[in-house]
Amino acid sequence: MSTERNYDEQLTVKFTYPMPYRWSVGEHGSVFFNEIKKNRRFVGVRCPSCGMVYVPPRRVCGPCFRELDEIVPLTDEGTIVAFSTVNYPFLDPATGVQRPIPYTYGYIRLDGADNIFSHIINETDVSKIQVGMKVKAVFREPEQMQGNIQDIKHFDIIG
Amino acid sequence: MNDVAIAGVAQTGHESRKDNMIYADMVFDVVTSALEDAGLTLDDIDSVVTVSNDFLDGRTISGMAVGDASGGQDKNISTVEGDGTFGAFYGLMRVLSGYGASIVVAHSKGSECDIRYVTNGMFDPIYQRLLGIEAISASAMQAGEYMQRYGVSEEQLAAVSVKNHGNARNNPYAHLPMDISIDDVMKSRPIADPLKKLDCGPVSDGAAAIIIASPEIAAKATSTPVWVKGVAHCAEDYMIGDRDLAVPVALKDAARRAYDMAGIKNPAEELDLVELYDAFSYMEPLWLEGLGLAEAGKGMSLLEKGVTTMEGSLPVNPSGGVLSSHPVLVAGLVRIIESVLQLRGQAGERQVKNATSALAHGINGPCGQSHCVWILNKDK
Repeated sequence: MSTERNYDEQLTVKFTYPMPYRWSVGEHGSVFFNEIKKNRRFVGVRCPSCGMVYVPPRRVCGPCFRELDEIVPLTDEGTIVAFSTVNYPFLDPATGVQRPIPYTYGYIRLDGADNIFSHIINETDVSKIQVGMKVKAVFREPEQMQGNIQDIKHFDIIG
Repeated sequence: MNDVAIAGVAQTGHESRKDNMIYADMVFDVVTSALEDAGLTLDDIDSVVTVSNDFLDGRTISGMAVGDASGGQDKNISTVEGDGTFGAFYGLMRVLSGYGASIVVAHSKGSECDIRYVTNGMFDPIYQRLLGIEAISASAMQAGEYMQRYGVSEEQLAAVSVKNHGNARNNPYAHLPMDISIDDVMKSRPIADPLKKLDCGPVSDGAAAIIIASPEIAAKATSTPVWVKGVAHCAEDYMIGDRDLAVPVALKDAARRAYDMAGIKNPAEELDLVELYDAFSYMEPLWLEGLGLAEAGKGMSLLEKGVTTMEGSLPVNPSGGVLSSHPVLVAGLVRIIESVLQLRGQAGERQVKNATSALAHGINGPCGQSHCVWILNKDK
């Protein structure tokens, strides 16, 4: 008995279902989002050893291997360190559908922090964005806030 | 093997949900505690191995996210995706190749993912995964095959759950210390025939860390060193259908090589306790057979004769085992930690008297596809 070997069709198995998670935000992260909700500002955490202020706050300073506990209030403003206007389609991990393009992703040094925070900059005309520009956070209305990174809608360029 | 010691150990309590902790928080706790336990500082550590799984964590390259909390910042951090005993093996190899001391740290939070989906992800996506098979259903079939082959009953296996949950009552780290009867196990909710709820370990959140050290660093440590005498691992076929699930050949091979390395001729006589990876009740007798401590199909006779109880000549899972606490990946490292505590004489209410030699065991892959066996001793 022989078998046809040349079916001329290579098959693909598709798997398109999401894998669900529920990640703890942790004590430091919960302070960060609660401060946004209650006081519409950012907070960081200062290392007692090297003085570095990290935002968002976390429990450990990696280089010093020290536990961090001193929460430092910051404002809602910062400075653009780097940016990119994104023009390729990509499934938005928050919604599962394609995000409208273009949008601008930015690295922002919040005033009073030593590391870089990242978020969306509300400007897609590259000629109007420069490193060093001041930006200010635009938050959701309090009743819409959910205690996650989308409680910050984006950053507006203010000069 | 050249002399290598375990100089520090630490674990979190194991529980169903650590709501206030991210992975890095748990890792920082156990790494800090393991260093404290050893009386060493991060300056004494020149090798960092983390253990995690990307599907469990929901994060690509999950080891990197705990780089700072593991003490791995600006160090040679590297990750093992598998059980903690295998991560420890990598940490051991680094010390044997000339490093002074390895931190090995494992974390997992079963509460953050859908564990059925994650273990379903172990299987072949084309032929098995879409059928829905995952760790419990695969293990249920292994249990069935083992019971059928050797005429082992559900009531017999229930006794393992009674013993191990009972032992857990003396372990402050255990997730499910329980005072239960064979009847309780038999009447517990059917999960996947022949497994009932109390035949299955829980899914826990937890972390654990050990410090594996050269004799020079071990001498600097303030803890009592426990020495690694032999270690080996072995894996068999990926496809479950290619294996004889009632005969753990990979474990037999790993055990034989670990015994040879440790110079153990008669393990039943020479070992004082065994900590094995009993994710389900049937695994304890099956793995005891693989370890050469019982003949094929006779694993249950050890418990029935009282050998493996706390009062017996070879207590098995004095900690309460994985049936009582199952942080996935972390659980194997916890077997090593329990062995170390026993050999140091620091196991509290669950202390095995005069323990000098212990065996710790971990598994990886469905139904014990691969096994890692450690022989530890009080003496060098």
